[in-house]
Amino acid sequence: MSVLSIIYVVLFYVAMAVLFGGIINKMMLYKRVPAPLKIAVTPAPLTTGGVVYRLFYEVVFFNSLFRANKWTWIFGWIFHLSLLLAFFRHLRYLISPDTIIWPLVNNPIVQSFGHYAGFTMLFGLAGLFARRLLVDRVRYISTPSDYLMLILIMGIAATGLGIAYVEHTDIVQLKAFIMGLFLADPQNLPADPILLLHITAVLFLAMIFPISKLLHAPGLFFAPTRNQVDNPREKRHISPWGAEIENKDGRNT
Amino acid sequence: MADYEIPETHEFPIIPSIMEGAMAHSSPFVAGEEFQTDMGFPVPEEVGEPIEGWKEKFLELLQDKLNKYRSLQVFMDTCVKCGACTDKCHYFIGTADPKNMPVARQDLLRSIYRRYFTFTGKTLSKLGLGWLVGTRELTVDVVKEMYSYYHQCSECRRCAVFCPFGIDTAEVTMAARDILSEIGMGQKYSNQIIPKVHKVGNNLGLPEPALADTLEGLEEEIEDDIGVKVRFPLDEKGADILLVTPSADFFAEPHVDGLMGYAKVFHAAGVSWTMSSKASEAANFGLFIGNYEAMRKISLRIRDEAKRLGVKRIIFGECGHAWRVAYNHLNTLAGPWDFLDQNYPVPQHILEFTKDCLDRGILNIDKSENDWMTLTFHDSCNIARASRIGEEPGSQFTTPREVIKAVCNNYYDMPIETINDQTFCCGGGGGLLTDDLMELRIKGALPRMEALKNTIADKGVTHMAAICAICKSQFTKVLPYYGMTMDQIVSVHQLVSSAIVLDGQGEEAEESDDAEESA
Repeated sequence: MSVLSIIYVVLFYVAMAVLFGGIINKMMLYKRVPAPLKIAVTPAPLTTGGVVYRLFYEVVFFNSLFRANKWTWIFGWIFHLSLLLAFFRHLRYLISPDTIIWPLVNNPIVQSFGHYAGFTMLFGLAGLFARRLLVDRVRYISTPSDYLMLILIMGIAATGLGIAYVEHTDIVQLKAFIMGLFLADPQNLPADPILLLHITAVLFLAMIFPISKLLHAPGLFFAPTRNQVDNPREKRHISPWGAEIENKDGRNT
Repeated sequence: MADYEIPETHEFPIIPSIMEGAMAHSSPFVAGEEFQTDMGFPVPEEVGEPIEGWKEKFLELLQDKLNKYRSLQVFMDTCVKCGACTDKCHYFIGTADPKNMPVARQDLLRSIYRRYFTFTGKTLSKLGLGWLVGTRELTVDVVKEMYSYYHQCSECRRCAVFCPFGIDTAEVTMAARDILSEIGMGQKYSNQIIPKVHKVGNNLGLPEPALADTLEGLEEEIEDDIGVKVRFPLDEKGADILLVTPSADFFAEPHVDGLMGYAKVFHAAGVSWTMSSKASEAANFGLFIGNYEAMRKISLRIRDEAKRLGVKRIIFGECGHAWRVAYNHLNTLAGPWDFLDQNYPVPQHILEFTKDCLDRGILNIDKSENDWMTLTFHDSCNIARASRIGEEPGSQFTTPREVIKAVCNNYYDMPIETINDQTFCCGGGGGLLTDDLMELRIKGALPRMEALKNTIADKGVTHMAAICAICKSQFTKVLPYYGMTMDQIVSVHQLVSSAIVLDGQGEEAEESDDAEESA
């Protein structure tokens, strides 16, 4: 096995450990920290089912962003949808043809949509970048990391398109490499520069996920403003530290 | 009227280009020794400066907040700087100061969070690269900047409606204000008012004899006016309902006309009710300063009084943030309320009570009494976005409008993007209703004033009704700056009061009319 392949095997394992370990760690923190008060932004749902619907609507359609700003919404929504389509397309490289979901992944619809998603992703990101640069308010609140994050993902999309349209890689060997990672049976990685760039950028993105603003993805589900049921009069809401305070002076009995 | 630069209103809203530092000079008076001590906050050597060892204390307090408030912990992490909130704050629209954009206001604290509490920020700062992710060193200047801009937020949550992640700047403002208080930089206005609630019973410092006297005066006024004895009971044990209302209702205009409205509705409904001198205040400034225990202590007065007077129900008067605390937090802070009548929500809003009476047809209404006015309605932020009145999501918008329409013939809404959950703050909420912030209050009122002015021009509206004591006081003050008059703001129950016809009302007058006719 080549030294390069060994390095990437290690990188893959480290990146996935950081990604999943980091996110789980953060989600456990969000769950552990109590929400002492009811702070749902109203009108809010009266039932848990309603909350699920509210969050679903936010996650799938970016409802609040739609109300806030149509430009940011259209660029942001196209980008995220493209990300999802690209993800489905990539599943082909990490599942075996023997599994029952293979036909769901390896079909012309998923594959061609995933292909074009690379272009729409770049379009969405370019729009977001332009807004950041051109709208004085957004420029004011942007730090270098905000631009770099967009550039990084644009780089991922561009190199992905490069592999698809400009410089094909040995896709069979690539899949062997990925499947080898799952089976703890390391295989060689094709040493094409453009593929290495693509993979390096993706692994870097995975590693900074739990330590950057990318935490917006899991964080969205933990916002008490959006995930609380509007029933404070019917059901008493009390946090552990709030209960401690009232146990101390006994004034609530 | 003092001299301030009044922002121009336009036919259509305009988002200003940013003007850095435009409001950097705006800062409310810092609490002196007396008020810091009353609140149990530390006193610095010099007023306006933080206490000795403030930096360690600040970071310790921030860690404590992050451990106690999921909202703060999540909101510090999830902002992607998308800019959705940047044009949503009335203080930004009115001042153009970019630090009044919600995200920039959050970033005052987030820059410290990133620098001292995140792996990325800590590591990059060590390498001198903190600027890449927007970290800042915690200095006295940073703390003073926080004091300034966290007192340019009315905690109205308009930004939270539009944030794709539900980030609520009010949560950040509250955390920051509490930390500032604990390092010796509390706000004078709020810290002065809260102890009065405990010592006297209300924010105004109106003691029981004065209150009793005021209420007696109101009884006489109504009797002179309509010839019916409408009672304003105080501290009456065994009454069914305890009314808790903002103390401005006892004397300020147009608040007091609203209080007369509640009394008339209670009278017409034939229920027994009382107010309490010890809980003669619905407001809870503990919310504004972000202090859970202060908010709880104020709430517990109501529990104590409900028990002492032996009431079965609690009803709140027209007040925005008070209703937010009552609706959302009273159960948490001063509950459980198992000793009250469970057939009614605890607490109930006066509009819920009045709406129910109207629906049941037990009120005799003469709408023509309000025909000389054409009304519009200002949704108060804490009712629109932080609570509910009525049974359905969004009935906080329909209930007041239905009540107004039941007692008035002429009603028009302001533009849709300025009402309901998109309503603009009056500009004086969240602990900013103080004269030392007059410039901010005038400028922050811009979007609401603009919408009102345009509705006056388009629909011939003459008056705006509101259901919040702070909104009413703020509008009374700022309407003249925008070329309108202070009496154009009215209470919703003032409209009810004018239209309601009580049994026996005007009998003498009618008799004399008859006498004239027959003569």
